[in-house]
Amino acid sequence: MNRILLMILAAAALVAVPFIGVPPYWLHIMIVILIWSFAYTGWSVMGRFGLVSLGHGAFMGIGAYGTALLWNHAGLTPWIGIPISLLLAAAFALLIGYPCFKYRIIGHYFALVTLALSVIIGQVIVATRDHTGGSLGYTPEPHGGEGFSIYALQFPEKAHFYLIALGAWVIGLIIWRAVDRSMARYALEAISEDEDASAAVGVQVTKEKLKITVLSAVMTAFAGAMYCQYQLFVSPDTVAGVGISLQIVFAVVAGGIYTQFGPTVGAIITIVLAEVLRINIGELEHLLGFRPFGLDNTIYGIMLVLFIIFLPKGVLGTFLEKYLRPAKA
Amino acid sequence: MLEIKGVTAGYGDFTALFNADIEVKAGEAVAVIGPNGAGKSTLMRAISGMIPLKGGAVTMEGQDTRSIPPHKIVELGIAHVPENRRLFPRMSVEENLRVGCYAPPFRAKFSERLEFVYELFPRMKERRDQLAGTMSGGEQQMCAIGRALMSDPKILLMDEPSAGLAPVIVQQVFDLIRRIRSDGLTVLIVEQNVQQVLKVVDRAYLLEAGSIRHSGSSEELLGSEDIRKAYIGV
Amino acid sequence: MEFLSEYVFSVFFVETLLNGLLYGGVLALLSLGLNLIFGVIDVVWICYAELVMLGMYTIYFMHVFYGLPLIPAALIAVLVVAVLGVVLHKVVINHVLGKAPINQLLATGGVLFFLQSIATLFFGVEFLSLGVSLGSFQLSEDIYMSTSQFVAFLVAAGAVVAMYLFLSRSYMGAAIRAISQDRDIMILMGVDANRLYGITSAIGGGLAGLAACLLSLQFDVHPFVGISFGPIVFMICVMGGLGNMVGGFLAAFVFAELIAIGGYFADLEWGTVLAFCVFVITMFIRPEGLFARKS
Repeated sequence: MNRILLMILAAAALVAVPFIGVPPYWLHIMIVILIWSFAYTGWSVMGRFGLVSLGHGAFMGIGAYGTALLWNHAGLTPWIGIPISLLLAAAFALLIGYPCFKYRIIGHYFALVTLALSVIIGQVIVATRDHTGGSLGYTPEPHGGEGFSIYALQFPEKAHFYLIALGAWVIGLIIWRAVDRSMARYALEAISEDEDASAAVGVQVTKEKLKITVLSAVMTAFAGAMYCQYQLFVSPDTVAGVGISLQIVFAVVAGGIYTQFGPTVGAIITIVLAEVLRINIGELEHLLGFRPFGLDNTIYGIMLVLFIIFLPKGVLGTFLEKYLRPAKA
Repeated sequence: MLEIKGVTAGYGDFTALFNADIEVKAGEAVAVIGPNGAGKSTLMRAISGMIPLKGGAVTMEGQDTRSIPPHKIVELGIAHVPENRRLFPRMSVEENLRVGCYAPPFRAKFSERLEFVYELFPRMKERRDQLAGTMSGGEQQMCAIGRALMSDPKILLMDEPSAGLAPVIVQQVFDLIRRIRSDGLTVLIVEQNVQQVLKVVDRAYLLEAGSIRHSGSSEELLGSEDIRKAYIGV
Repeated sequence: MEFLSEYVFSVFFVETLLNGLLYGGVLALLSLGLNLIFGVIDVVWICYAELVMLGMYTIYFMHVFYGLPLIPAALIAVLVVAVLGVVLHKVVINHVLGKAPINQLLATGGVLFFLQSIATLFFGVEFLSLGVSLGSFQLSEDIYMSTSQFVAFLVAAGAVVAMYLFLSRSYMGAAIRAISQDRDIMILMGVDANRLYGITSAIGGGLAGLAACLLSLQFDVHPFVGISFGPIVFMICVMGGLGNMVGGFLAAFVFAELIAIGGYFADLEWGTVLAFCVFVITMFIRPEGLFARKS
């Protein structure tokens, strides 16, 4: 009972955030955190089973660019454009996933094949610069001048988008939980332990892996679409390609792959760190004698190496294990 | 020459060998016999430094092996032909032999030793450029012994040299061990083929469930009713 | 037919193929270093291209900033990256040896982030050019080649041959190949595996440093330059069969030609897309690499 009450209170508090005079800057940070948390949760849905994909930058890019391109070039409302983009992401997930799983491409090799997908999508975006703006980025056109439009899913008020991102984030957590509770989890854990043995006891290895991969890709693509609709600007550096793929994996590792809120914690750590350093860059410049661009990623890189060596379960995973369920067998 | 005193060894938390005492004198050939899983290979690995000792000491001509890093043990004159031969399958015979001569003190004698090994195994000379992994089991065993001999050892440890070989080849391997002995090399050999091995060694130890149960001369052990029943099946 | 005579049987196409060949030489050198590391230590250095980037900065600062002549500057760069390779091994790789491949991938990925951003921090995001122009020379009536590319190819080819001789003729080389085939028994051969790992890391780093010098003859250096060829080098190694040095060598030329040919018919980006698509398809047809031996 206590737990449910706590959850209701937390939900109410989160919903109330935009209505109690939180400054727009903070609201912005929270929205960004929620969107990335959703993307990271999407990745961890499959990453936790040892399916380490370095291709999620591609899925995110497909979601973002698909939505924007369909709106600008085909005049399709995001209400239709987003589902089409998600289907496209699912198609790519099948295209790359099916042969991978059929031919037992795992571990390093799976990571590198999916990395190739990131490179391909990133390069295609740059190569089709006449339509996508290339590496300079791309902007979905505002609908009928400026302002609020449900048709175009464009909301100048941050509060609206905050609620959408919050809803998506909650759904992401629910999906994570559902996968965690489902039979699929046992099947997939068995697969990640020993693929041949699982196949022998009747787990349909390829099918289970494909399902989870498509789900994960679609979630990440949806995060890309949200990002596009919120920022109204997309570029290969911010939503697609190799850099984003790596960012996704590393943020999840920092937070914790094996816990429900791990990806969220990863998003909070990385985004807050980047923001704190960005805001204080003037003072840091004064202190260090030069403008420390890249300091966030420097710290982040060191953290990552230390995490892998000393806290492979991530910040939240380790915390939970140490303090909340020490008796877990 | 080689003294093993109270050696306990194993893998991680698992201990496979308890408090073993074994001695091999210069010029002797000694066998360690016993059933599968008795700790015979563990004993060999502990002597040559592949696994650390959990207790006890191994001394080679008065030198305690714990006082030097494990990869230097071979320089004391202990060469180990590991179980299953463990050649480098994607390297030629001669390259395998070259790796056997890796330690800097041995390198000067490489051509001399190579000639020695080729004389002992003319077959290896014929196959010098063949990839080791593509040879027959018997040839691989020759190559593995040759590789160990490259370091001009004082004592040769052999772990199940006859395992997995056809009967005719097994006979050849034991003939070979006889020849190596007659050249004056000290040999410590682990074998499951008890009847055969007792014919080529002077003494033997019986290892069961990680402990030395019995020791004596080959004749004594061959004559023992218990051993005949349990290991020779006559 | 018209297509053939216009595009394929033309001097520009020949020039494209030659350029691909020259680029392939540097890629072959890079993949050799990475394969060596993987074959011996069994860890993929995801941050390999970032070591190359630091090498490019080293030669830049030595040559442009401190005014050293090119050759000593290059030697220092090779040395610096070799040392970095050893440091990487001791500080990071040593702790993840034998861990899940994924953890190894992520730890070296963390190093990638770190190196990239530390370069941003200290050197800024500008593109820095070595400012060395060797011009070009005429191969035939219509075919011109860039001299720096040609020099890079020759040096890379020389280094590959030298590595081949080292690995096949020396005791150390034999041990390096042996340890990749059976780690546990190396102790019986009198080999100190840790020392061999350190040496291998130094050689792998040194090759990255050499590649850095050759690349900086043709490309500007900036903190993210690694991302532009790092993934290519990984794909080459995988396509050739991770750890298989001969396979990687051949795959480097396949990859370079694909990029060059794609770039000839469309944009350079399409060349990359083509090469990576071929990579993905190769993986599906021959997961163990294009040139894997049947085991």
